[in-house]
Amino acid sequence: MADFFRYPFMVNALIVGVLIAVCCALLGVVLVLKRYSMIGDGLSHVGFGALSIAAVLNISSPLYLSLPVVVLAAFFLLRITENSKINADAAIAVISSSALAIGVFIASINGTNINLQQYMFGSILSVGKSDIIISVILAVFVIAMYFLFYNKIFAITFDENFATATGIRTGFYNTVISLLTAVTIVVGMRMLGTLLISAMIIFPALTSMRLCKRFVTVILTSVVVSVFCVLSGLFTSFTFTDVPVGATIVIFNLAVFLIFLLISALHKLFTRKNKE
Amino acid sequence: MAILKVTDLKLGYNGTTVIDNLSFSVGEGDYLCIVGENGTGKTTLIKGILGLVTPFGGSVEYSDGLCRNHIGYLSQQQKLTKDFPASVSEIVMSGFLNNRLLAFSYSKKEREEALRIMKRVGVDSLCNKSFAELSGGQQQRVLLARALCAARKLILLDEPTSALDPLATADFYSIVKALSKEGMAVIMVSHDITSAVRNATHILHLSPDSYFFGTTHQYMHSPLGRRLLMPDCPCDVCAHNTEGKVQNNG
Repeated sequence: MADFFRYPFMVNALIVGVLIAVCCALLGVVLVLKRYSMIGDGLSHVGFGALSIAAVLNISSPLYLSLPVVVLAAFFLLRITENSKINADAAIAVISSSALAIGVFIASINGTNINLQQYMFGSILSVGKSDIIISVILAVFVIAMYFLFYNKIFAITFDENFATATGIRTGFYNTVISLLTAVTIVVGMRMLGTLLISAMIIFPALTSMRLCKRFVTVILTSVVVSVFCVLSGLFTSFTFTDVPVGATIVIFNLAVFLIFLLISALHKLFTRKNKE
Repeated sequence: MAILKVTDLKLGYNGTTVIDNLSFSVGEGDYLCIVGENGTGKTTLIKGILGLVTPFGGSVEYSDGLCRNHIGYLSQQQKLTKDFPASVSEIVMSGFLNNRLLAFSYSKKEREEALRIMKRVGVDSLCNKSFAELSGGQQQRVLLARALCAARKLILLDEPTSALDPLATADFYSIVKALSKEGMAVIMVSHDITSAVRNATHILHLSPDSYFFGTTHQYMHSPLGRRLLMPDCPCDVCAHNTEGKVQNNG
């Protein structure tokens, strides 16, 4: 364990990992409950496309390109989901696979200097100073927002029409949430990988909803689950050097989800027996 | 004095106009029932009043101190997440949010008010239960309680009794009537025309190509109202009587 902190890149990964875990868990609860689960997936694929283009253009820090592109995509995806005429899930799937295809295409044309595998499945080594700075700022924003506007976020998530009708500025909050989601995904996907980052958004919320029946407990449990899985994943992939960190974190998430599911099933069985 | 004024309103959805040239106004303490056949734009009109749908033309004006955050709303179909993790009291109290900028927690006064409203609607015993575990009718009452928390001057109810049993429906109408007596303006979409006529002060009847707006008394003697209120009374005496009344009043 002491070895762990001797490597600066591990410490960087730890800081960014925990902060991203907290952001993913907080935003994930709202996104999952609002049926926007797939937005995370769509955005990460757009991020992948942007990273490939950044690499081709030889931009020193790929974040400069991928961040604005993904933020724009987030606004666009939000508009689609608000517009009932277009089928939101189909639109997200189309954008998602198109961006992935463009990314792979460009990366292949350009030859060997892009490590496709690294983008797809993430790497701890890609975490740099700029990621730390961005993730600290991001986490401060996300936590502050949930702390200050908890009740409004609850109202908008529960029933957006009612919130709008009674004078809450839902458009503003939706925009802020999608902006923060975009930044979270861009920072998180380099460590966890394009294909796996959306699991970080969906799993903690889904897991905690198995057992918690109140909004506030769902949020808090999600954060704990998310941070636990990231830490376990990091330590495991450090111990077994060949294991990619993103996949390990997702496997831990799956395991915790199954445990929660089992407990909830047992609980239901038990209360039913008690009633009889 | 009118708190809501609708002028030459043109509304629709997906590019189709369903309401054209509609004008009416609602004053403090008015109880307006919106009736009409399916597809005549009752729900669209409610959404237009609330600003959830942008009108194609005309205007909806709030006046005399009515603001958005004085309005309570109970919608027709709840497309809410089935397993949403929330307690009943949490949902009811979210109705108060329109009145504050920051909301860490609710004040003692608001908690007491919420409890009073929950008692009035008959959901106070459920207050710590999970919303997802309630029946459809119970959920409807919880949402009514939330609408009452939000409403200070105007409450809009879109087919509020569709999920309620007859007893709860009667309770519901008496609550709404009491509210309107206390000075709250009520706009309610309803298919229950007899209750509408019994309780409301004004009726807005939407038909595919025209509409009626007036007091309940005027409505009962209008051709539209007579047709609906006396549908199964074909006898000559009745027909003559209603004709007579119209002539007397007209």
